[in-house]
Amino acid sequence: MDVLLLSRLQFAATTMFHFLFVPLTLGLSVLIAIMETLYVRTGDEDYLRMTKFWGKLFLINFAVGVVTGITLEFQFGTNWSRYSGYVGDIFGSLLAIEATVAFFLESTFIAVWHFGWKKLSPKVHCLSIWLVAFAGSLSSLWILIANAWMQYPTGYTINEATGRAELTDFMAVVTQPFASIQILHTLASAYTLAAFFVMGISAYHLLRKQHTRLFGKSFRVALYFGLIFAIGTALMGDMSGLQVAAKQPSKLAALEAHWETETHAPFVLFFIPDEKHERNLYEFGTIPSGLSLIAFHSPAAEVVGLKDFPPDERPPVTVTFVAFRAMVGLGFLFILLMGIGWLLRNKLEDSPWYLRIMLLAIPLPYLAIEAGWVVTEVGRQPWIVYKVMKTSAAVSPIAVSQVLPSLLGFVLVYSLLGFVAYYLMFQFARKGPEPLKTGE
Amino acid sequence: MMLETIWFVIWGILWAVYFMLDGFDFGVGMLMPFLAKTDEEKRTLYHSVGPFWDGNEVWLITAGGVTFAAFPLMYAVMFSSLYSALMLVLFALIIRAVSVEFRSQVASPAWRAVWDLGMFFGSLLPALLLGVAFGNIFRGIPIDGEGVYHGTILTLLNPYGLLTGVVFVMLFLVHGAIWQAIKTEGDLHQRSLSAAKKLWIVLLLVAVVFLGATKFATKLWDNYAENPVLLLIPLAAVVALLATRLLLAKEDCWKAWFASCVTIVSCTLFGVIGLYPNLFPSSLDPAYSLTAHNAASTPLTLKIMLVVALIFVPIVIAYQTWVYVLFKAKVTKEDLAQGAY
Repeated sequence: MDVLLLSRLQFAATTMFHFLFVPLTLGLSVLIAIMETLYVRTGDEDYLRMTKFWGKLFLINFAVGVVTGITLEFQFGTNWSRYSGYVGDIFGSLLAIEATVAFFLESTFIAVWHFGWKKLSPKVHCLSIWLVAFAGSLSSLWILIANAWMQYPTGYTINEATGRAELTDFMAVVTQPFASIQILHTLASAYTLAAFFVMGISAYHLLRKQHTRLFGKSFRVALYFGLIFAIGTALMGDMSGLQVAAKQPSKLAALEAHWETETHAPFVLFFIPDEKHERNLYEFGTIPSGLSLIAFHSPAAEVVGLKDFPPDERPPVTVTFVAFRAMVGLGFLFILLMGIGWLLRNKLEDSPWYLRIMLLAIPLPYLAIEAGWVVTEVGRQPWIVYKVMKTSAAVSPIAVSQVLPSLLGFVLVYSLLGFVAYYLMFQFARKGPEPLKTGE
Repeated sequence: MMLETIWFVIWGILWAVYFMLDGFDFGVGMLMPFLAKTDEEKRTLYHSVGPFWDGNEVWLITAGGVTFAAFPLMYAVMFSSLYSALMLVLFALIIRAVSVEFRSQVASPAWRAVWDLGMFFGSLLPALLLGVAFGNIFRGIPIDGEGVYHGTILTLLNPYGLLTGVVFVMLFLVHGAIWQAIKTEGDLHQRSLSAAKKLWIVLLLVAVVFLGATKFATKLWDNYAENPVLLLIPLAAVVALLATRLLLAKEDCWKAWFASCVTIVSCTLFGVIGLYPNLFPSSLDPAYSLTAHNAASTPLTLKIMLVVALIFVPIVIAYQTWVYVLFKAKVTKEDLAQGAY
């Protein structure tokens, strides 16, 4: 166990835990904003009760998302100080802008929404949740611009005298396609996750035939929303793939476990990568030119194989490959489930089999999103900034005796936090909308 | 050069505003076990910080983010050399936040007692440790030319570091007690008011000791000797501290709280201005010190950040002020019945 490995474990654990809460915050805030808008425009009290019910779950989820986000900002300095010093000129400013333009807005107006029911007019109150939703998405925009820069650094130069990366073109950093597509893909997937969350919990109550009017409405609002964004996620995923193919050839090769450089590269439906012998076993279902077509939208395109990268510049193949397959497979399943929901939209209450599937499907988008991040981050290895800085060069000059306790601390505190948060959300979700007062 | 100095000042102001705002949250959290006797009183105190603590904490994120953006080398060296101390601060902040949000969700007294404990330690630890960290920065940190820290967490717990920690804790206790007096009625209001007055005496004592010790343990006073007009800052701190007590005697809580705000801001600025141009002085060799000039980002980044700050920070201040005005009233039984906390 060295500092590098422990720091990587710690960052992976804390980011993945953080991202159990972020997508729901992003998506559910929009759904709640839609519900409250429907209430303000129609005066239908069902929508008000929906707003309050989902709002309760939202607040618990939000709190954990916020506190676990701070950890990530801290760790760039504590565990990755060589990285921070090297790229702070570019990367640091993006994080600072995120806090200034987005995070303040989100954290301030969530309180306005939470405490302002009696103090504000319905319209202004509704505006406050829209601001929270907007700020959340704006926040992810800046964070993903920062992440995209690590994937495909641009608008910078290396100053040989100071040995640091320096910003030369801010607009190039902000407007690069790698970032914009990653942002849309991430937001669409977060909205899809929230739709599944609302549909799953609504399904639970519809199955028990309780509060059916209210959960029927919730289910449908989420269904229409989710159908759009499940398709959007896939479309953006495809475009994201084109970006990876063009700009991160080693990631493309790893996520398809593609060993030999070739044109007309085939796509293989099933196989098991054998990293040690640089080959794949049990190949089944080969589609000629399939990979070239998927990755470059052209059957003759050349796909660079892993063997053309020096062994110390290849990402871990099996993890990236499995995560990618899981993400894509689940993504298609989501469109299928949403599509079925669309066909059943007028007789949901009479389709218990579908409701049961949707209840069980709640964890699946979580899995897909985590898998997506594994593809993005593990697939970029061994680089922390693609082709510019290796992860091993980025770690702080600190001791195992410092990182080990903090890692154990995170495992302990986060397990407890996760347990309590999901316990509370589970309890409130099951209890349903009416007796939501906790004031005693 | 000019840009770097501007960012140094902004950097100091961000920390000062953070301490001014989250300071009263910490104070309330530390006082709660001693001043709130019943569950209802505790809930009143949670309510008194409820709409604010989250927005306040973002000033810390921004102060951290700006350190990263404007002075990346300082960020890298500060966060890695203070590793264990900052991790403790982080854990404490996490526990405080979830204590505020989770406590009210279940009515069981045992459940609530656990989160009350979290609130107390989650407020005490950051207050103390941030003070210890700043005390050590004032005094100089054993870092070498590569930014590698030569010490342990115990190195930080030297008398001057601890003294600064105690100053922070006392500042926040007084600040929080006044805030409680503003937000509460009846018995709890009276208890908070008298606690503020008593704690003020202790604060005065440690402040005097701190100013004296600073003369011997640090070089902070050098800048003031060179440029006596700057003495207005520590003078403002002293005047504001005295005004706090006078206004407390008049039971004019809001004005006393504003005076306490000025005290905290000018105390922080006293330290920051004394540091200039150092951000993170080395105690091993002044040549290793990180300064506003050798740790700064490029002029381009500093310029872009300045534009962002000049546009957005006033907007943030405007809407946060609106929120403080919106929720300025005392916490009532009706608020409690609505059941957010």
